[in-house]
Amino acid sequence: MSNIPYILEERPDTGLNNAKLGIWIFLASEVMLFGGLFSAYVFLRFAAPEGDFDYWGSKLSIPMATFNTMVLITSSVTMVMSWASLKLQQFDKYKMYLGITILCAAAFLCVKYFEYTGKFHHGIYPSSSTFMGIYFTLTGLHVLHIIGGMIVLIFFWTKQADKMWDENQDLLANRIEIIGLYWHFVDLVWIFLFPILYLL
Amino acid sequence: MSNDSNHSIEHHIQIYIKVFIALGVLTMLTVAVSYLEISFIEAFFLAITIATIKGSLVLGFFMHLISERAAIIWILVATAIAFFILMFFPLISLTDASGLY
Repeated sequence: MSNIPYILEERPDTGLNNAKLGIWIFLASEVMLFGGLFSAYVFLRFAAPEGDFDYWGSKLSIPMATFNTMVLITSSVTMVMSWASLKLQQFDKYKMYLGITILCAAAFLCVKYFEYTGKFHHGIYPSSSTFMGIYFTLTGLHVLHIIGGMIVLIFFWTKQADKMWDENQDLLANRIEIIGLYWHFVDLVWIFLFPILYLL
Repeated sequence: MSNDSNHSIEHHIQIYIKVFIALGVLTMLTVAVSYLEISFIEAFFLAITIATIKGSLVLGFFMHLISERAAIIWILVATAIAFFILMFFPLISLTDASGLY
């Protein structure tokens, strides 16, 4: 059986390897997924009765969301630092930065848990209003992306990463670059969700 | 790895830290702007402008788009066009008096 070509080396025509091309096409589809929901938000906001979105939006916690924004930005920088550490052949630093990224993801989810349960405690559910419907849909989908990313990050923090580092260092650096691109995208989505849902 | 590429990565790390600081400052600015007594449209464009600057920093530096291949740029250009069509469809319906409104 022949090996799959262009796993690490670049294709001569595109200048990209399979993983890099694949993740960017996937991220393009993700832009359309979230874009559809952003479009729905605009549509619903303009169609809502005067002051309705302002009233329900005021029930969200700006300090918690600001904290989560800072947490995700921190996780983005530690993610890119973990990749840079691999490039510098500093495996211990890679593990440390990736560990911080995972902790940031966990902190984000904890804050989100308290946000959601706080709403439920006050009898606020997705069915309570149009705003809450789109709020829970957008943030819920984003949380699912965080959980998905976290699972992959944990995988690359376990002994599997040690094994991959011993066997093929370039492959590990490539995989971390790819999951890093996904993780930065998740941060990017939150950068737009934060002002639209919490501040406007 | 050669000393040259090590030096290049170390240079990148300094940029990442500067971008991180810029993102933090812009986040605080976004929150501060939300407390200004301005109209919704003004607040919307201000918030989206700051978010776009933050997004560009993440895309350009953390996702290395500024030094990325043309194939990726074209994928993103096509996505951006499709995204704007998607975003502006609801706005078109708002101007349609015989439509939903």
